[in-house]
Amino acid sequence: MYVELKNVNKKFGTHEASHDICFGIEKGKLVALLGPSGSGKTTILRMIAGLESPDSGDIIIDGKVVNDVPASRRGIGFVFQSYALFRYMTVFDNIAFGLQVQKKDKKYIRERVMELIRLTGLDGMEKRYPNQLSGGQRQRVAFARALAPSPSLLLLDEPFAAVDAKVRHELRSWLKNMIRQVGITSIFVTHDQDEAVEVADEIIVTNLGRIEQIGSPVEIYQHPATPFVAQFIGNSAVVEDYGRFRGFREVEGLPHAIVRPEYVEAFKQDNEKYRDLIDYAEEGTVEDIAFRGSYLEVKLNVCGATLTTNRSLERRELQKGEKMYVLLYRLYVFDHDRAQLLENEELKGLEIVGG
Amino acid sequence: MKKSGPGKYILIAVCVIFVALFLVLPLVFVLVQAFKDGILPYLANIGDYYSLKALGLTLKTMVICLVVNTIIGIIAAWTVTRYQFALKKVLTTFLDIPLSVSPIIAGLLYILTFGRSSVLYPFLSSHNINIVYAVPGIVLVTIFVTLPYISREVIPVLEAKGTDEEEAAALMGAGALTIFRKVTFPHIKWSLLYGAVLCAARAMGEFGAVSIISGHLRGVTNTLPLHIEILYNEFKYAPAFAVSSLLVFLAIVLLIIRNVAELQGKKREKEV
Ligand SMILES: Nc1ncnc2c1ncn2[C@@H]1O[C@H](COP(=O)(O)OP(=O)(O)O)[C@@H](O)[C@H]1O
Ligand SMILES: [Mg+2]
Repeated sequence: MYVELKNVNKKFGTHEASHDICFGIEKGKLVALLGPSGSGKTTILRMIAGLESPDSGDIIIDGKVVNDVPASRRGIGFVFQSYALFRYMTVFDNIAFGLQVQKKDKKYIRERVMELIRLTGLDGMEKRYPNQLSGGQRQRVAFARALAPSPSLLLLDEPFAAVDAKVRHELRSWLKNMIRQVGITSIFVTHDQDEAVEVADEIIVTNLGRIEQIGSPVEIYQHPATPFVAQFIGNSAVVEDYGRFRGFREVEGLPHAIVRPEYVEAFKQDNEKYRDLIDYAEEGTVEDIAFRGSYLEVKLNVCGATLTTNRSLERRELQKGEKMYVLLYRLYVFDHDRAQLLENEELKGLEIVGG
Repeated sequence: MKKSGPGKYILIAVCVIFVALFLVLPLVFVLVQAFKDGILPYLANIGDYYSLKALGLTLKTMVICLVVNTIIGIIAAWTVTRYQFALKKVLTTFLDIPLSVSPIIAGLLYILTFGRSSVLYPFLSSHNINIVYAVPGIVLVTIFVTLPYISREVIPVLEAKGTDEEEAAALMGAGALTIFRKVTFPHIKWSLLYGAVLCAARAMGEFGAVSIISGHLRGVTNTLPLHIEILYNEFKYAPAFAVSSLLVFLAIVLLIIRNVAELQGKKREKEV
């Protein structure tokens, strides 16, 4: 493990910002800290950087406990949420700052800065001041500045939060490629699950100062470890009294169920392909249809509960009020601290398209 | 812009008349009185031995005061905005005390602390340290009276700026001095200058506190304001007004420095 946190705790006054945080990150990985606002992501990042010190626990970087190493000696690149560019320095001086502090020679600094300016696509901007740049350009400068002293670990706090939605998408893939190209171990903070899933190799989900789950995006999507993760990730709806659906019996002590669009299949009553499955399906009524760009989001009333499914634009058109057959593949049932995936018993053993 | 009614002009008139009556007119009278007998007597009054001595002491006090308060002001502003500690509120309140307490009281406090009745007095006199009725006392009370001017200007700027630029610099390995010089200072330099000008103006003009502690030794512990008072009390009106005009000129020079600096600052701010 290149970066490791062991039982790290941090309180601000009486507020527990980090509770017993444990995780490890392998060298070269791009990891996301994902969680709602206030869940303690920034605090974790700042402790790794040395800008906050933990009340207890160890922070280990490259095999060394760094708890007592000041921020300035940790050799970490940090991109702040607000970028924190030096307002009274040009783009060139911003990027050169870390190298000047290290007393590198002028020629080397010039070459390194120009190399980063090219790498980040900031050619021609080197004489500008930060407030003469767009949000996306500032983000690139912040990134170049953090990378200039060749740190071995890069930390990014909500790197896309301050750019507008249009640029954000483009920047995401840019950053991902850039980090791959440089090959640097990186941790970035986000509250946006799409961002985490799209960019990260591994996701650490935080909630209320604790870690809920650590895993690859696919793992976290398919096997949420806690009710919180199940609700936070994906387009989830909570349903009570799930024993009413065909093929499901209520599990003792797990009264709530999460239904995701992927768990639900709906087909027209005259659909040939699914004919054999009608016996296992419920009848549902289309309540609402919303266009989501590349698919339709369809809400159906099934046994009094509203379930959502995503429907390909290639399939036949639907009307509000139309009756359809609805298959429920599985549910994610939970109580406060216990949770499990529950498969549809009647469908077990059947080969199902899309199941 | 919205079309404005007569209200605007009435308000402008009120301001202009007020400023003219309360500020400009007295200043003009001072100058008229100072130059009443022409330029040569004026120069003679200013060039008088005791006047020059007083001017020298005033400038010396002002410079020491400026240096000390700039350093203390920056340190205080930094401490108050960058660290959390138990007595922070108390400290900021104390920093403002010189603004709310009459300067006379400041003078008396120093007499009590360093004068004959003080417990420190035996120690001070056995080491030949003269504070009360001597130049050190004048400098000390002036520092006291002008203490808040710089920190008050700098604190809001540092507060608004936040700490992330400094954190970013620290993460890149910069030491405290480099961070201050290259990152923090550019943010505060105009407010620092503004505070320094206020501090200097106040230091030159201070009368009450200095009057208590100086002992009024002509040519030794007389500052310009004290010298003016003495001249006035001796009915030497022309010299009194001539020396006053000197203080007025010094104040005007400071104001001009301030405005030019502010203008330059604004211009650069626009570029950056
Ligand atoms: N310096 C601080 N002083 C007091 N409380 C803080 C401080 N920093 C963070 N907190 C609190 O700790 C909690 C977690 O904050 P943070 O780590 O910034 O969350 P996130 O980055 O996930 O939004 C929040 O409730 C926040 O108010
Ligand atoms: Mg945060």
